[in-house]
Amino acid sequence: MQLDVKKTIEWLQLANTKIQEKKDYLTSLDQPIGDGDHGINMARGFKEVEAKISGKDYKDISELLKDVAMTLMAKVGGASGPLFGTAFLKLSTSIKGEATIDAKQFASALDAAVTGLKQRGKAEEGEKTMIDMWAPITKLFQQEEGITADKVVDTAKMALEKTKEMKATKGRAAYFKEKSVGHQDPGAASSYYIFEALAEIWKGDSKA
Amino acid sequence: MKKIINKPDEVVQDMVQGLIAAYPSQLKLIPETLAIARKDAPVQGKVGLVSGGGSGHEPAHAGYIGEGMLDVAVAGEVFTSPTPDQVLEGIKAADGGKGVFLVIKNYTGDVLNFEMAAELAEAEGIEVEKVVVNDDVAVEDSSFTTGRRGIAGTVLVHKIAGAMAESGATLQEIKRVADKVVANVRSMGMALTSGTVPAAGKPSFQLAENEMEIGIGIHGEPGIERKPIASADEIATELVERILADMEIPKGQEVAVMVNGLGATPEMELYIVNKKVQQILKENGLHVYRTFVGEYMTSLEMAGCSVTVLQLDDELKTLLNAPCSAPAFRN
Repeated sequence: MQLDVKKTIEWLQLANTKIQEKKDYLTSLDQPIGDGDHGINMARGFKEVEAKISGKDYKDISELLKDVAMTLMAKVGGASGPLFGTAFLKLSTSIKGEATIDAKQFASALDAAVTGLKQRGKAEEGEKTMIDMWAPITKLFQQEEGITADKVVDTAKMALEKTKEMKATKGRAAYFKEKSVGHQDPGAASSYYIFEALAEIWKGDSKA
Repeated sequence: MKKIINKPDEVVQDMVQGLIAAYPSQLKLIPETLAIARKDAPVQGKVGLVSGGGSGHEPAHAGYIGEGMLDVAVAGEVFTSPTPDQVLEGIKAADGGKGVFLVIKNYTGDVLNFEMAAELAEAEGIEVEKVVVNDDVAVEDSSFTTGRRGIAGTVLVHKIAGAMAESGATLQEIKRVADKVVANVRSMGMALTSGTVPAAGKPSFQLAENEMEIGIGIHGEPGIERKPIASADEIATELVERILADMEIPKGQEVAVMVNGLGATPEMELYIVNKKVQQILKENGLHVYRTFVGEYMTSLEMAGCSVTVLQLDDELKTLLNAPCSAPAFRN
């Protein structure tokens, strides 16, 4: 996998398309265990991201991802805004100055994002949050070799399915504790579409 | 929904503009934000005090801006935390070179957004410290919170930390005093009727004509118990007893007490509650040093009240009595 500014913009544009398509679905996930606005908030945030980054000149990916982070934190709102903002801000700061990044560099950027999410959300893995999507994907990228776009999608699918069985102990879903079991976590679900978009961009890249 | 508004999605900006128009010599809007600052902010050589949160709790928090209290209050949408970029602008506007102190109510959204703003400010070279207020003894976790919620006791944190900042104290000294207030303040509330979030258009919850809810949150989050409505004396007794059960205050101690209206309860009823509150505190051997009765931390047009008790020492007494000229808090 090779990401440059152009590819990263394509990735986030595709992520936006997916999130717009799944807006109602994401909201329906949030209704039983949250306050029922996750899809609306994420759709608003990613629409703003697309508007912000499309056609803009960036000197490197870091600068681009910082714009993404600042836009998400300002426009998504609620708890998801600062959490997705933190994830993209950490991606941005850990690849400063790089014109292109490979899977290995992406792995260490993801690792920084997961650390940031844990700190910001005061959560660990297994607590039914978006970390349960970002951490398994990070572990996949940390493997030395054999990572493919298909594996990213498989890992993401499995991770999302796993959040169903988890009991929420953080965020608003925690209030519903036992009742939260059986539902996918909304933050993990919207993260799923972000990584699915990445895999599809990667697949469409003949050089990767 | 019956409200004196223009458009439901413009209530916060309309309110902010109207508030500033009411106090043009004291308040100013930070451009392109919903953050309001003291007219003379940033005050050079003074630690800036910043608070804020969702709107719908007026006069919190912008009503507490002024000499001896807050420098900046950042307003979010109704019952929704302001975003980190807004809080960051607030922090920058408050920074007079000695750092900025944040007073955050313990709600998941507020803590996340303010902490992220603090990190961004630190990256820009501004020193930031914070306190998270969790004075509500009613419930441990709620639909809005991990841990206890921050409610009317926050106003006393604003007052005391604000007086400390005005005296020229350092960030660390303010942190020490704010932590002391949080350790010694407890509150609990109850409601008779729900407020209506303008954008939602209908009441957040329903209580039957003869019902009340004890321990309810300031966003209508569930409390401890729904039961038939009781007399003012019984309500006051339940609230104060739960507070005193949570925080053992030695006999002979001095306390400050606040009887706070949640938005639709007349002052008459608040004073009726206060009568009993004072009596119970006295029976428990406590001396009430100061009393505040009125609307300090509301929940739109919710009918109901909360009681707050703050255990005092000499330092807190001095700071509580220090001059203050905020629109909603004058000494």
